[in-house]
Amino acid sequence: MFKKILIANRGEIAVRVIRACKELRIASVAVYSDVDRASLHVRKADEAYSIGAAAATESYLNIPKILDVAKRSGAEAIHPGYGFLSENAAFAQACVDAGLKFIGPTAASMEMMGSKTRARQNMQKAGVPFVPGTSSGLESFEKAAEAAARIGYPVMLKAAAGGGGKGMRMVGNPGELKSAWEAARSEALRAFGNDEVYLERVLINPRHIEMQLLADEHGNVVYLGERECSIQRRHQKVMEESPSPIVDADMRRRMGEVAVRVAKASDYTNAGTVEFLVDSDRNFYFLEMNTRLQVEHPVTELVTGLDLVHLQIRIAAGEKLPFQQEDVQIRGHAIECRVYAEDPDNNFFPSPGKITLLLRASGPGIRLDTGVYEGWNVPLDYDPLLAKLSGFGSDRQQAIARLVRALSEYFVGGIKTNVPLFRRILKDPEFVAGNIDTGYLDRLLESRFAEPNRDNADVAAIAAGVFAVLDGQTGSASNGRPSGNEAASSAWKRAARAAVLRGD
Amino acid sequence: MVYDVIIDDKSYRLELERTSGKWHCKLDGREVEMDAVLARRDVLSILIEGKAYEIKRERTANDLHYWVGSARYAAELRDPRSLRSRQRAAGDEHGPRKLVAPMAGKVVRVLLQEKSEVEAGQGVLVVEAMKMQNEIKSPKKGMLQKIVAIEGTAVNAGDVLAIVE
Repeated sequence: MFKKILIANRGEIAVRVIRACKELRIASVAVYSDVDRASLHVRKADEAYSIGAAAATESYLNIPKILDVAKRSGAEAIHPGYGFLSENAAFAQACVDAGLKFIGPTAASMEMMGSKTRARQNMQKAGVPFVPGTSSGLESFEKAAEAAARIGYPVMLKAAAGGGGKGMRMVGNPGELKSAWEAARSEALRAFGNDEVYLERVLINPRHIEMQLLADEHGNVVYLGERECSIQRRHQKVMEESPSPIVDADMRRRMGEVAVRVAKASDYTNAGTVEFLVDSDRNFYFLEMNTRLQVEHPVTELVTGLDLVHLQIRIAAGEKLPFQQEDVQIRGHAIECRVYAEDPDNNFFPSPGKITLLLRASGPGIRLDTGVYEGWNVPLDYDPLLAKLSGFGSDRQQAIARLVRALSEYFVGGIKTNVPLFRRILKDPEFVAGNIDTGYLDRLLESRFAEPNRDNADVAAIAAGVFAVLDGQTGSASNGRPSGNEAASSAWKRAARAAVLRGD
Repeated sequence: MVYDVIIDDKSYRLELERTSGKWHCKLDGREVEMDAVLARRDVLSILIEGKAYEIKRERTANDLHYWVGSARYAAELRDPRSLRSRQRAAGDEHGPRKLVAPMAGKVVRVLLQEKSEVEAGQGVLVVEAMKMQNEIKSPKKGMLQKIVAIEGTAVNAGDVLAIVE
């Protein structure tokens, strides 16, 4: 086993990995940028080293500096967390070249999964299902019409050489195909110098469901059940749960087996996640593989009882998986809320700043993974994830009830957070019924929202007075104002100004 | 102590007294059975006629708010006996108001010129933070007396950006 591990990350995930190191009696080395000196991960680590300016390119993405700290501190392995360098094959290779163990897959596996076309070819060989379509270019309009009829409308025309939405046309019915075919081809020719186009079925508001994998370096691969990640805003996951409300034991086994095939086809090692799109008939299609630990890994930990970070470290140290597929049992239900520093009343605008009050949630079935503390100034330079609040219960209903209860205990003051959004989702009848897909959150946000009731204004009035009495003053400290723009300071000044203007 | 507390445009006359650890509370002339303990800084445990509430007081760069459950209240306290409060009560909409930066960021655009007329709610300048743009609006109708912010410069939360007279 390793004696010392460097964590090339910050925030809650760095704290998460440091905690695992402590539990495994491994010394932890933190790195930090100029704005992160007082960050929680620096406080929790055994050693910490500065790696430069706030901009990630100067610090958390700076490979030479991170390798230099690893060398200086005597770390034997590097855990990349998620984001930053976690899916950077060049970094994984640089670690190996520097004699360090990268806690994750090999650079070769990452490269293969990073290239969509290579991944698709390899996965098709392994019999992995893709969204129905023509895998090669279409020779003529007649062939396109035939293929579209076979696949079923609506279909998407896509440029074979393409990307970035160029040469893409959605076709709702056969009557639209001719003009879309010509437009897509000429656009593809102009953009890529190649007018080859192919067809794919359009999935409208599919679910996003992913399968967690663990692979050791001895050829053993297991799946740890799925996570339902359909609640997204602008392709950013907001809430995840395990198991999915629509996945039964048979579907889980089929998805899991496909995911294991994906891993084996790419010689995958360590923790990874295979993402699928699932249509309304519960058909699932390969989307991509994430070659790292996921943000939402706690829900899998809660329902399997396994510690994924412990297992990542043990796999990287060369150990065999300590269990087999049939030993993995899914028990109960877990839901995670990603608490972001953003303002739900103002189009989810980021809200960095000082946390002036922080009350934690605890009690039965509650897990809080956090990277912040009271008094800490949330910097504006990085992802605004503050914490992950997860609820676990013997079933989905109990997990929801526990989260609702925990959200009434949890409080972040001084900055805006998306906590009100979770209250809203958790009591939404569609969510409670499990009727969610990737269009769910946009629909919810468009609908009218009943404000929390304001029947307690009299209680607030009494409280404001009590605070003022306890403060022993009625001045600035008790002078709360609804708008962000305060009246100019003093009535004396105002009176003086008025006097000057009057000329007396 | 006697306060006029204004919440959601409604005014409450609050009379509070504490003698040997016991609170005496009157709200709009009515006796209210109340006990209060400061559990920690900014967290108050209040019992009102048997009902228990945990009230959080939230401090931000410019404001104070009071949370009862998931509802957030802005409260303005006035001492009805003080001259200053009476004057303010009479003339809150008069006098200059400051536009302050709600968060740290960069001033990307100034939309109006100094000395120009401005409507309540009209955008005055744009501040960018975390790659998002936020329009800072005028809190009142009046004249833009001064623009302190300079396009392209960084600002901190609470910095004065402009003053509307």
